[in-house]
Amino acid sequence: MKRYSLMAGAAFCLAVTGMAIWTAAADPVDETLEIDGVPMTTRAPAPEGHPFDEVLSGWLFREAETRATQEDTFENPGMIAVEEGAEIWNTVEGSAGKSCASCHDDAAVSMKDVGAHYPKWDADSGKPLNVELRIDKCRVENMGAEAYKFDQPEQKALTAFIKHQSLGTPVELDLSEGDMQTWWDRGKETYYTRTGQLNMACATCHEGAMGHYIRADHLSQGQVNGFPTYRFNTGGLVSLHNRFRGCIRDTRAEFPAAFSDELMALEVYVTWRGTGLSVETPAVRQ
Amino acid sequence: MRLTVPAIAAAFVMTGWVGAHAAEVAPGDVQIEDMAVEASLTGTPGNPEEGAKTFANRSLGNCLACHAVEALAKEQFHGNVAPPLDGVADRWSQAELRAIVVDAKKVFSDESMMPGFYSLDVGKNVREDLVGKTILTAQQVEDVVAFLTTLKE
Repeated sequence: MKRYSLMAGAAFCLAVTGMAIWTAAADPVDETLEIDGVPMTTRAPAPEGHPFDEVLSGWLFREAETRATQEDTFENPGMIAVEEGAEIWNTVEGSAGKSCASCHDDAAVSMKDVGAHYPKWDADSGKPLNVELRIDKCRVENMGAEAYKFDQPEQKALTAFIKHQSLGTPVELDLSEGDMQTWWDRGKETYYTRTGQLNMACATCHEGAMGHYIRADHLSQGQVNGFPTYRFNTGGLVSLHNRFRGCIRDTRAEFPAAFSDELMALEVYVTWRGTGLSVETPAVRQ
Repeated sequence: MRLTVPAIAAAFVMTGWVGAHAAEVAPGDVQIEDMAVEASLTGTPGNPEEGAKTFANRSLGNCLACHAVEALAKEQFHGNVAPPLDGVADRWSQAELRAIVVDAKKVFSDESMMPGFYSLDVGKNVREDLVGKTILTAQQVEDVVAFLTTLKE
């Protein structure tokens, strides 16, 4: 796939006018992230077929204060939701009288590194499932409980808790399972499709303009290794599909339903774009 | 209905406005030739003060999202996705600036990130209430162009 140039127009403008030096990009910081002393991989060589040489965690693009908040789990406000998730894990719900722990025991053991490999192919459903959908499947089929409503606080908390069991583990998807490759292809198409009155694709900002500022916002590669993410501007956890929908909405487009096939495909593709980055859930962003 | 004096006055104002509106070039009819749109979209000269407001307004031009401009230094957070516009009027003619604001993708390249502010050649799944609508009105484009032509060094 052809890489979106920053702005063909800008380059042309420079060439034609010989305009004085215009240094637009601001580099991501040259720092290393340790969470409670455990090193995170925030830079990794990109997988084959990736438009970048190196994949970069969004952490590298944030302000010093935001970065520092993520380095200490006691400071990280997202950890409150993770603790709530731990309680939900042990709470009996549904007609079968089970909790997650009834079958999966200690999540630190049974869920260790699991979230780093989601979305994962589910032959039974004939599609990839992310952690949220996997939780729902378990609740409905094994617990006799109802699926969570999208972005219900319990859904975000339990998802964050499960993904947190992979803290530090590099993201890696198995695209050879089932039809994962087809979903990846479809997600890639969505990633490069411009939407809305503003006529922008994911790639417009997170590939073409990565490293630049839109207003006060330092554009990252749009990696998803830290979701659900704690955001200061909303003061709570933000799920990945909420973020997808927000970005698409900002192009002044109608946006797909959470966990729709379109957004699941996008999740598969975008997660792959962060291959090798540590799971940082719950990451802290502005 | 009996026409009152204010109603008649209003009718005159309306006629004036309708007159200008009738001369307005529809988005699909704007001719971009040699990277330029020579004719005004409305026939009404642009107002640079109004243009500066439209330029900065986050729900209108929001041009500062990507471009920095010293003339608007009082506004916070100028982006740097695209070139600064200081001295832009020394580099481009009024007709070229109009073309760039109307549809930069037709002037530069389809890969330009800049939205077409007076174009219906837009992305997929446009929000329902915005279908068939441009980001700026023809007069707002003229106002922004008038503001841009003041940016000389």
